[in-house]
Amino acid sequence: MKLKLLRDNHPLREIWRRFKKNHSAMIGLYLLLIILFVAIFADLIVPYEKAIKQVGTDRLLSPSMAHPFGTDHLGRDFAARVVHGSRYSLLIGISTSVISLIIGGLLGAFCGYYGGRFDNLVMRLMDVIMSIPPVLLSLAVVAALGANLRNLLIAITISCIPSTVRLVRSVVISIADQDYIEAAQSYNTSDFRIILKYILPNAMGPIIVNTTMSIAVMILSAAGLSFIGMGVQPPSPEWGSLLSEARQYMFKAPYLLYFPGVAILMSALSFNLVGDGLRDALDPKLKN
Amino acid sequence: MKQPIIEIEHLKKYFPVKEGKLHALDDISLSIFEGQTLGVVGESGCGKSTLGRTLLRLVEPTDGIIRYDGRDITKLNRKELADVRRDMQIIFQDPYASLNPRMTVKELIAEPLIVNKIISNKKELMKEVDRLMALVGLSQRLSMAYPHELDGGRRQRIGIARAIAMKPRFIVCDEPVSALDVSIQAQILNLLMDLQAELSLTYLFITHDLSVVRHISTNIAVMYLGQCVEMAPSKVLFKNPVHPYTKALLSAIPIPSSSMRHKAIETVKGEVVSPINPLPGCRFAQRCPGCGEQCAHYESELIEVEPKHFVACPSAVKAYMAQK
Repeated sequence: MKLKLLRDNHPLREIWRRFKKNHSAMIGLYLLLIILFVAIFADLIVPYEKAIKQVGTDRLLSPSMAHPFGTDHLGRDFAARVVHGSRYSLLIGISTSVISLIIGGLLGAFCGYYGGRFDNLVMRLMDVIMSIPPVLLSLAVVAALGANLRNLLIAITISCIPSTVRLVRSVVISIADQDYIEAAQSYNTSDFRIILKYILPNAMGPIIVNTTMSIAVMILSAAGLSFIGMGVQPPSPEWGSLLSEARQYMFKAPYLLYFPGVAILMSALSFNLVGDGLRDALDPKLKN
Repeated sequence: MKQPIIEIEHLKKYFPVKEGKLHALDDISLSIFEGQTLGVVGESGCGKSTLGRTLLRLVEPTDGIIRYDGRDITKLNRKELADVRRDMQIIFQDPYASLNPRMTVKELIAEPLIVNKIISNKKELMKEVDRLMALVGLSQRLSMAYPHELDGGRRQRIGIARAIAMKPRFIVCDEPVSALDVSIQAQILNLLMDLQAELSLTYLFITHDLSVVRHISTNIAVMYLGQCVEMAPSKVLFKNPVHPYTKALLSAIPIPSSSMRHKAIETVKGEVVSPINPLPGCRFAQRCPGCGEQCAHYESELIEVEPKHFVACPSAVKAYMAQK
């Protein structure tokens, strides 16, 4: 559907050019690429067995050449656990955010564009979901469906959808009021094309920032649920559960808190930086 | 005599508001003839823009008939309406707000052609966009620019190019120059008039600027609070205004003469009454210098005082006839 009018000057190339100029966004991108690289090639970096093999004699060893991040209270290599933990954390963060973006974004766009009874129904449903504290809601879902990774994803996604619907709906309402939407209607543009080519591109800014921020929040809330035993089950390493296990040894082995903590911080930071950069790069008004 | 391309009969549009009904258009009837320009003037909030939008059914009328080429378009379904809209386009007041900020000039102008599947071949599409840009006086180098990078005049040229892309017969110009500098206003007006001659277009030209409307219109309709109070050929209206509101409106045109410097301009007293649930009778009565008892009791019907000159005020008509 892309016009060939743009061949010499493709919009994606233009977006990349603007993105490159933003130093903090590029730092975020490099960071994100490193984290993604680690997550994807975790098995090549260090085999999974190392992350779950318990060696009784190696408990709570400080960082050394053999164990760069030390070992935990069961004598497992902590570096291997953090590396493999990235898979769980990123999977949870990205998949829940993307799923809630797709479901919430479409619901929100239709509610905002059409309004009326459908809008009212959906929004009241969202109000009901929002009136339940998110942790409680996730707990209830996990308790009802059973504690495993898939149910954890469902639980977190459900508690995230209402805020996405609300955000997208409000942005869409403000854009649907613009003259250029009316202009588009005047030359017979279909509703679907209006939502796709007129409303969503102009709503991108807040939605992208919200999504990248929510990836960070999702990682944290998954960590929280794992912390109370309702999420990823041991011995699977996940950054949140690593933190919660390490908490008991905070004074004996503080390094056990540093590594997963820094990993969570870095991934959250990189998503936020990339999100900010993307928002700016996608807005032609902030050109040059 | 030329055929009317648009005929409106008893067109009404009421917006529901908290306090009742806002009468944006109240029983308007008029005709627009092929190749002519009907200027619609009136102060802010008198329903001029609603009239333009209702004609294209961007706003659904509450009641009344809109005929395009003799065919009532108020009852058309979506598909039939799409066919009609190919012939009827609109140019908006704010050239910035009416252009999608995420599209380049080329994409903006190509959009109606793509949406309506008029040209599917990309090479031809590009050629047509180039032709349209040249036609409205946009230089080729701007084709990749975004609207925010251009000045108001160029943006409005994009709006015009987009409106004529589908080769329409009738265009609603909704205050196309009021957001522009005076020097650019003239350019855009001349462009619109050139295009009218070249493409044999018919315009409904909405404005509050009397000198603009005089410049461009064949006929003029004066609106006050959702009603048409006077309608006449442009020259006649400026020479012999009959309705008290039209007179007041015309007296407000500044005259570039030193002798006029010390004369106070006669203005209309008071403020426009609310268009929400208006009282029966003449809408202008509260502000009218010649208002009498009879004004509260009649519904404004247009009376023909001379050929093609219609006035909605019986007492003013009586006075005018007596004078004659």
